[in-house]
Amino acid sequence: MTGSKTLFEKIWDAHAIRVSENGESLLYVDRHFIHDGTSQAFEKLELAGHGVRSPHKTFGTADHYVPTRNGLDGLTDPARRAMVLRLEEDAKRYDIRCFGFGHQHQGIVHVIGPELGLTLPGFLLVCGDSHTSTHGALGAFAFGVGASEVAHVLATQTIWQARPKTMRITLDGHAGVGVTAKDMILHIIGTIGAGGATGHVIEYAGSGIEALSMEGRLTLCNMSIEAGARAGLIAPDDKTAAYLKGKPFAPSGADWDHAVAHWQTLASDGDAAFDREVRIETDNISPTVTWGTSPEDAVPVTAAVPDPQGEPDAERRARMIRALDYMNLKPGTPMEAIAVDRVFIGSCTNSRIEDLRAAAEILKGRKTRIPAMVVPGSMIVKAAAEAEGLDRIFAKAGVEWRDPGCSMCVAMNGVDVVGPGERCASTSNRNFAGRQGRAARTHLMSPAMAAAAAVAGRIVDPRKPLPGGA
Amino acid sequence: MKPVRKIHGLAVGLEMANVDTDQIVPARYLYRNRSEGFADTLFHDMRSDPQGCERDSFPLNAPEAEQATILVTLDNFGCGSSREHAVWALVDAGFQAVIAVSFGDIFRNNAHENGLLPVVLEEHEVMHLLQHVKSGPAKLTVDLETQRVRLPDGTCFSFDIDSAARENLLLGRSKIDATHSLMSTIDAFEEAYLGRHPWSE
Repeated sequence: MTGSKTLFEKIWDAHAIRVSENGESLLYVDRHFIHDGTSQAFEKLELAGHGVRSPHKTFGTADHYVPTRNGLDGLTDPARRAMVLRLEEDAKRYDIRCFGFGHQHQGIVHVIGPELGLTLPGFLLVCGDSHTSTHGALGAFAFGVGASEVAHVLATQTIWQARPKTMRITLDGHAGVGVTAKDMILHIIGTIGAGGATGHVIEYAGSGIEALSMEGRLTLCNMSIEAGARAGLIAPDDKTAAYLKGKPFAPSGADWDHAVAHWQTLASDGDAAFDREVRIETDNISPTVTWGTSPEDAVPVTAAVPDPQGEPDAERRARMIRALDYMNLKPGTPMEAIAVDRVFIGSCTNSRIEDLRAAAEILKGRKTRIPAMVVPGSMIVKAAAEAEGLDRIFAKAGVEWRDPGCSMCVAMNGVDVVGPGERCASTSNRNFAGRQGRAARTHLMSPAMAAAAAVAGRIVDPRKPLPGGA
Repeated sequence: MKPVRKIHGLAVGLEMANVDTDQIVPARYLYRNRSEGFADTLFHDMRSDPQGCERDSFPLNAPEAEQATILVTLDNFGCGSSREHAVWALVDAGFQAVIAVSFGDIFRNNAHENGLLPVVLEEHEVMHLLQHVKSGPAKLTVDLETQRVRLPDGTCFSFDIDSAARENLLLGRSKIDATHSLMSTIDAFEEAYLGRHPWSE
């Protein structure tokens, strides 16, 4: 039916300033985030001789390069330290609000946006980071851009985009015990592939999505980019509004009522058409873990490392062989027989309070056998976890409790790095070769599975009873 | 930005899918200023082993590959992180075009902004080109005006490209300048938009 629109189309149309002769749209940007990897965009802006058009619509925070212990002294490399300080200098020069190192609102940009109420339903939001798709969990059209586009947004508060196609992924049914949003998204990427949604914006729908908490939805949308999607969105509902109410930067008073009334109109119309439809039975999803060097290399934790000889496609077979060689794994090895050297719980995917609670539930009264660290997503998450006593549970289990930042997900601060050849059970989003450190080996999983791996010293099904516990 | 029209040069093959931007430039090099250049970081950890010895098996390590201006690769090239450094490293190393079965969306946009031409061909066409460069870098012509890739034997493949990106590449124009001429349109839109969505202010 004409006139029916998807959630994405409603947001797109509301932000389209004009369409160029060659079909690109100039879109208005409600919210822009910058971080301590944005210096080259400011360089570009200065070279082009432009200023910042709307400084109050951009917010900054330090996350990529920050140390996670010993304050700024924990950042030993002067070049990296300069990146953290450069953000604050650039922000100050252009009158941009910045939650720099040590600020009570500092944290991973994709954690603080939603938790401060800076990310709102219906917004068009960009950031120079691919995991900006995270913010779509609140019903915003949010996507990552490169340095040139960051400079463009700073100068004009707009962005040119070719209209992406739409894809709906419907998850109906109930998630089984021990199955989290992380397992769902790893399962989805394993099903559609690392390039499966390229050129598309995904809308996640269905009873399996409605049942997810906001934290779970943020985890799910976060990894949309790992399927190649431009963005991932979930229609705002009562949970979204309840999550946002009272947040420091969320609207209040009459503005709040108007905003909520508007958000209620955003859901896709019942008869709106999508370019592609994918259906996933939530009941069929198991706790999921990766074996290779692409997020699509995902299998149930109860499965074994796949055998490339069973892969009919020659190119894919070659890629599997390369991945197995890099990961030093043999086909047929049960995933649960893989010993790990260290555990990282954190990242913009899984560092929110609910993630830390899930890890703490496993770690309570147990001891870890291998080095493990928990890096909260923000100062707010850190304070909340400490108020609940989660930090003490981690300490008793022998797990390091750190300060917020991207940390070992991207290994950019130069100290939170997985060593060469080491195997890391990680709650992050990318198992790319060298991502967590040169020659590092990454297995992606949920916080509960990572915590269980820390106790067992190997990959384990978090549904099975572990020894000890309280 | 240098305009892109016709690239007549040596092509080198990288027969891999899902080459992510962490492979193109490892994160530990990202803090450099743009002016310092990124050529030496291109495919750094694929090119050399942890001891710093170049891997003979890596196609870009062939002596003739130093002159290459065209890269031929498979699906989903440049997926992952949004780092524009991946494009800068390719440009700084002399590449003017990348031919692939598909690209990561952000990488493709970043390429457009830096005068690097991303060319999408059908898988069988890319396989034909990879065969052409199998024994080492070989000549190839990529013509943006006619939207064709031509082999020395006359074999031709045509490609589609977003017309806005094509125009900007041909003119060597960055979007930021074009947009600045629309500022009054943007101001008017903003006023009306914020009237309807005051909580966005």
